[in-house]
Amino acid sequence: MTSEPYPKSSAAPKLILQDEAPARRGTRAQRPASQLARKATLDVISYLVLSIGALTMLVPFLWMISVSFRIPAEQYSRNLIPNPVTLQNYVDLWQKLPDQAFPYLMFNSFKLAGLMVVGQLLTCSMAAFVFAVVKFKGRNLLFSILLATMIIPSQVSLIPDFILFKYMGLTGTQWPLILPAFWGGAFGTFLLRQYFLTIPRDLVDAARMDGASLWDIFWQIYMPNSKPALVALAIFTFKDAWNDLLRPLVYLPTDMHKTTLTVGLAFFQQQLQAGGKFTVLMAGAFLSIVPLLIIFFFAQRYFIEGVALTGIRR
Amino acid sequence: MEYGLKPLGQEKTWLWALLLPTLIGLLFGTIGSLLATLLLSFFDWDLITPATFAGLSNYLALFQNAKYLDAFSNTILFTAMYVPLVVVISLFLAVMLNRRIFARGFFRTVYFLPTVTSAVATALVWNMIYGRDTGLLNFVLERVGIHGVCWLCTNNAMLAVVIVNVWGAIGEGMIIFLAGLTAIPRDYYEAATVDGANEPQQFFRITLPLLTPSILFQILISAINAFQAYDYIYMLTRRSGGDSSVPVAVFSIYRNAFHFFKMGDASAQAIQLAVLVAVFMLVLFWWERHFVVYE
Repeated sequence: MTSEPYPKSSAAPKLILQDEAPARRGTRAQRPASQLARKATLDVISYLVLSIGALTMLVPFLWMISVSFRIPAEQYSRNLIPNPVTLQNYVDLWQKLPDQAFPYLMFNSFKLAGLMVVGQLLTCSMAAFVFAVVKFKGRNLLFSILLATMIIPSQVSLIPDFILFKYMGLTGTQWPLILPAFWGGAFGTFLLRQYFLTIPRDLVDAARMDGASLWDIFWQIYMPNSKPALVALAIFTFKDAWNDLLRPLVYLPTDMHKTTLTVGLAFFQQQLQAGGKFTVLMAGAFLSIVPLLIIFFFAQRYFIEGVALTGIRR
Repeated sequence: MEYGLKPLGQEKTWLWALLLPTLIGLLFGTIGSLLATLLLSFFDWDLITPATFAGLSNYLALFQNAKYLDAFSNTILFTAMYVPLVVVISLFLAVMLNRRIFARGFFRTVYFLPTVTSAVATALVWNMIYGRDTGLLNFVLERVGIHGVCWLCTNNAMLAVVIVNVWGAIGEGMIIFLAGLTAIPRDYYEAATVDGANEPQQFFRITLPLLTPSILFQILISAINAFQAYDYIYMLTRRSGGDSSVPVAVFSIYRNAFHFFKMGDASAQAIQLAVLVAVFMLVLFWWERHFVVYE
């Protein structure tokens, strides 16, 4: 009584599977033992390599967390588990940095990233809606131009933008970081347009019959039905804004009350390392990635699907 | 087949209102600034004294100024090491993860972590790991008889920076390859198994050819990232006075524009970098026509 189970997960319809089952049994029997052994060997090698790789990926994070809970005298110790465990670094980080900078840095990063998410969601979805749904002269040409801008390295626009903002008197404020988030973007528009195209057109036609305006269709049909794509764009924008180093370095003053976490950490790196306070520095590094880790663990699906589907970043 | 709602009456205004932010972005953010940068590259300007026409001198500076040439050759060297490493390692990981393996989700999450977290934060800990006397890496290397490597000294800094950047990028590449792998019909492998092909044979005869579109895409993305790599380099190789032991092109552009206020030099370098990216893409698309397999 050889009951060959069907393969566990296969997208193929059942009919085909039933036809296939006997053939499969045949192959199993014909397969030489050496081939099975080789497959087992490959499995073992895969696990081994993947585990060593995973360790390499994790160690920097574990080390960061470990050092952040150590007393300064133990900062170079090679033991992963801190002994004794202390929370003092987090207290020092929050209270004792010059100008009590840390809460301000955290607040600025949240504020800027939040505003940029709002700007991108709003303006990219508006453009994406027009490109996906509305018919007008020059639509395809304009969309092609927009897509083509994706290959322009961002350094190219950095210099004229800086000069522009300088003449507007905005350098040294947070506006040069906020405003560009409100003028759309090729990546976000492309991502949302791809999603908008999958929304059934019958819905739109029916709404149009009932006298809905373009705005109604955009705001009441497209936006509520596009949550996955909007969430994906929000996450990408937040992540890029939160992690950005170059533009805050260029535009924001070195005033620790006005700049972002990335700039602040880079600044305190020099001070704290010179002072031998790696423990406080690691506490800062860890706290700065906690928001993203939380978002990642709750919205991993959107993150990974977003990367896999559009494939295009930046 | 061109679908589209016709705007009715006054809705034309709505249409352009919805597009307005994007048009402003094109004007100031991308197309406009590309033209502005191009214009600036033919002038010498420090933002204070009036700009003077400089002809091609800012472009020629790349070949006359040893520091500029150094920055560009560093960028090319970095790209030449980074791109193959990212593509090969992430492809390798994706293939192994695709073998219906136990704890797949766990591995996927772990490899993806550095893609999510900021380069600034992880660079801080890498800086510790690379420490000469106190670092974790040298501690491990001592076990195999390699002593006291100075990772962030000029000789090794390039390698150190490549390692960290690759570490930070393979998760994203892996996801793109996993998506490509799941698109390959299982029938192909089943047929190959019936014909007695083993796994390595299946990899080279089925997986690799059918994955060429993803590989091309991943090469493109990695190269664009490599040409613009900045964060880890800034965090790990910065010296006092604002210099770097691995000055790349972006570093040079940034320094020229915002430390020395040589807007012309910086603009010319930005254009040269854009040309470098464009040339690379042309080569890649030529390669695509000859090697990429589309079903």
